[in-house]
Amino acid sequence: MSLLDIRDLAVSYGGRPALRGISFTVEPEEVVALVGESGSGKSTTAHAITGLLPRGGTVDGGRILLGDADLASWSPRRLESVRGTRIGLVPQDPANSLNPVKTVGAQIGEVFRLHGRGDRRTVRRRVVELLARVGLPDPETRARQYPHELSGGMRQRVLIAIAIALEPELIIADEPTSALDVTVQRRVLDLIDDLRAEFGTAVLLVTHDLGVAAARSDRLVVMKDGLIEERGPTAAVVAAPGAAYTARLLDDAPALSARDFRTAGSDGRGPAIVVRDLVKEFTVGRHAFRAVDGVSFEVARGTTHALVGESGSGKTTTARMVARFADPASGTVEIPGAEPGRLFRRHVQLVYQNPYGSLDPRQSVAEIVEEPLRNFRLGDRAARRTRVAELLDRVALPAGTGTRRPRELSGGQRQRVAIARALAAGPEVLVLDEAVSALDVTVQAQILGLLEELQRDLGLTYLFISHDLAVVRQISHTVSVMSEGRIVESGTTREVFTGPRHPYTRELLAAIPEPVR
Amino acid sequence: MARYLLLRTGQATLVLWAAFTTAYVLLQLLPGDSILIKFQNPELGLSPQQIAEIRARYDGGASPLAAYATTLLGFLRGDFGYSVDTGTPVVERLAEALPATATLAGAGFLLAVLIAVVIAFAAGYSRTSWIRGALLAVPSLFVSVPVFWLGILLIQVFSFRLGLVPVIGGSEIQQLILPVLTLAVPIAAPIAQILARSIDRVQAQPFVPVVAAKGASRWWILWRHVARNAALPALTVAGLTFGELIAGSVVTETVFGRNGIGRLTEQAVNAQDTPVMLAVVVLATVVFVVVNLAVDVLFPVLDPRLRTAVA
Repeated sequence: MSLLDIRDLAVSYGGRPALRGISFTVEPEEVVALVGESGSGKSTTAHAITGLLPRGGTVDGGRILLGDADLASWSPRRLESVRGTRIGLVPQDPANSLNPVKTVGAQIGEVFRLHGRGDRRTVRRRVVELLARVGLPDPETRARQYPHELSGGMRQRVLIAIAIALEPELIIADEPTSALDVTVQRRVLDLIDDLRAEFGTAVLLVTHDLGVAAARSDRLVVMKDGLIEERGPTAAVVAAPGAAYTARLLDDAPALSARDFRTAGSDGRGPAIVVRDLVKEFTVGRHAFRAVDGVSFEVARGTTHALVGESGSGKTTTARMVARFADPASGTVEIPGAEPGRLFRRHVQLVYQNPYGSLDPRQSVAEIVEEPLRNFRLGDRAARRTRVAELLDRVALPAGTGTRRPRELSGGQRQRVAIARALAAGPEVLVLDEAVSALDVTVQAQILGLLEELQRDLGLTYLFISHDLAVVRQISHTVSVMSEGRIVESGTTREVFTGPRHPYTRELLAAIPEPVR
Repeated sequence: MARYLLLRTGQATLVLWAAFTTAYVLLQLLPGDSILIKFQNPELGLSPQQIAEIRARYDGGASPLAAYATTLLGFLRGDFGYSVDTGTPVVERLAEALPATATLAGAGFLLAVLIAVVIAFAAGYSRTSWIRGALLAVPSLFVSVPVFWLGILLIQVFSFRLGLVPVIGGSEIQQLILPVLTLAVPIAAPIAQILARSIDRVQAQPFVPVVAAKGASRWWILWRHVARNAALPALTVAGLTFGELIAGSVVTETVFGRNGIGRLTEQAVNAQDTPVMLAVVVLATVVFVVVNLAVDVLFPVLDPRLRTAVA
């Protein structure tokens, strides 16, 4: 008998179907990866199994068999006895998945208290053992700390400790590492693997990252629009995808595609960005902290230079100084051809990570794209309207998009709007701060394609900030690797990726899920 | 933490001094003359010279600045001067009125918090949308009810129609019921509104499904996880409602004919009894400032994230 057997499961949100009858099984001690893009229904599946569908979600039909119990027919009250004991959950976002006002120890101990396992003293001892088991140094101290005192990776370990506390038969890991840095991501996935081997737990790994799924699962279930497109042993599916959709996903996953490196010849026009000995300090309490510590690099005109590093490496602060949103404590940023003052922004523009927050929700798309033109008084009303239409066409948005509001657009479309807005005033340099990180792989591939095309046609220079080495490998000509405010290694993308010299670069590269094609 | 406390206390002292000075200056500038109001009555038969002598006894004939300094120093020592109206020390008049008002305001505030918590948690727990909607409409209704009207209505219904609470006589407790209710209703409203909204916001946070995945019931989640997170904004509002509480006491005491600070204020205003008015203003400010200082100190206790920011 399968451990988990899902049959014809259908779920809808207020009448809108999210799952249209899906069936799959999870065997004991097996890792099954549920992959798909946002809106495919993979998270809904995970929520439905735990009986934790968001408000408005209802199970319309089908069975969720855990052993021989049909969870789909159970009352919420009865489901409480299964949660934590037989099914553990590792959530997506470690930053906000712990109660900020309770200690870590109390939150782990709660699982025991809820199910009446052990007295106060036993619980305390088990909590410390669990914290040690998930690899946290000094577990006694950790148990007394609050979530905000731990890093993202440590919080995810705490959440894993909560999930495994009562040694459940099944762990549902819902995008367990998408919010973590690559090196941390690898360690957390290793930990889940070890625990699975130790306790014989089955894992349902929900992820949008095919690289992670390919490297970590026994079987793949590929979902799209609430249906299963393909399923099978991971190695077989990756080697020879049966469905066209799976093939496209694999193709778009930057970690798995072995594209050629981009190389650029010198065109003799000199560099577009020259950064020398940049330093930036922040004061935290009474301590001065160097976020950027003597950073220097040059970017040739018409090429892409990537700044890669993990959170806290200083890459975003460097980008903000290049775009003049922050002043350096010392050092210089030279952008030949850029005028001083407000006119600087006609030359250098910034595209942010979050396509949801960077667009004014009250403005129409046309107004958003037109705003730089109005600010710089470029052209009269009619000329501006023509230019907006041209820009929207340039970023391949349909003609009718101009009258719509940001909330009516998808993430990829919003990022296209943000790019169109950045291009409006005719800049020569774009600073792209994690500009594709929030997007699904297919959309990501499309936006990266668009950026390459724009660079070719308009001769743009990009400073590309990213934590994702696979993306960097694909888009950039040259790379600087940052760690703790310094550049530890730089060179052409080929040099850095094929012959890394610094140990940190090697660690970063090793953390990218193995290319399996 | 010690530095934070010292800083907040310093700020509070400054606010108190500013309130005292503003009230003092404004009361001095007030047209009208409490001594004339009291002594010009022809039946008393006082000559202008005699009135001038009385005046000199009250303000010492000193320069305005020296008078201000004397009053301020007196307040610091706890000597609020003499009531012009009755001639007794202001401290005595305050001491007589304070217990009744403190009981009324304290009970009113506790009842308000109770009402607010019940409404907000019931709305947060309820999954039936019409019940939720109905519960959440209650605070808006409460807020729009004027205190004096509510007081009169309660007397009409409970005392005259239903005869549940005697209007005159009755025990101490019986006499408190209607005024406390009158006072609590408008104060409960903003606290309930903020608490309900903040419960909704906290319930939407990602840590809530994680607690549910441990096997916790809805009530466990609401009471043990959401409550403390949601309390912070409500606490701020609760502190701010103390201003309303003081103002509400004046009206409530007048409507129900209770003796207290509210009644004292009313009499002092009618008699233009400056020393009493000044003392009442300072007393109200002290209560307000101390309560809000306590709220500020409670914040880091409830939310550990603020402790590091404070230290």
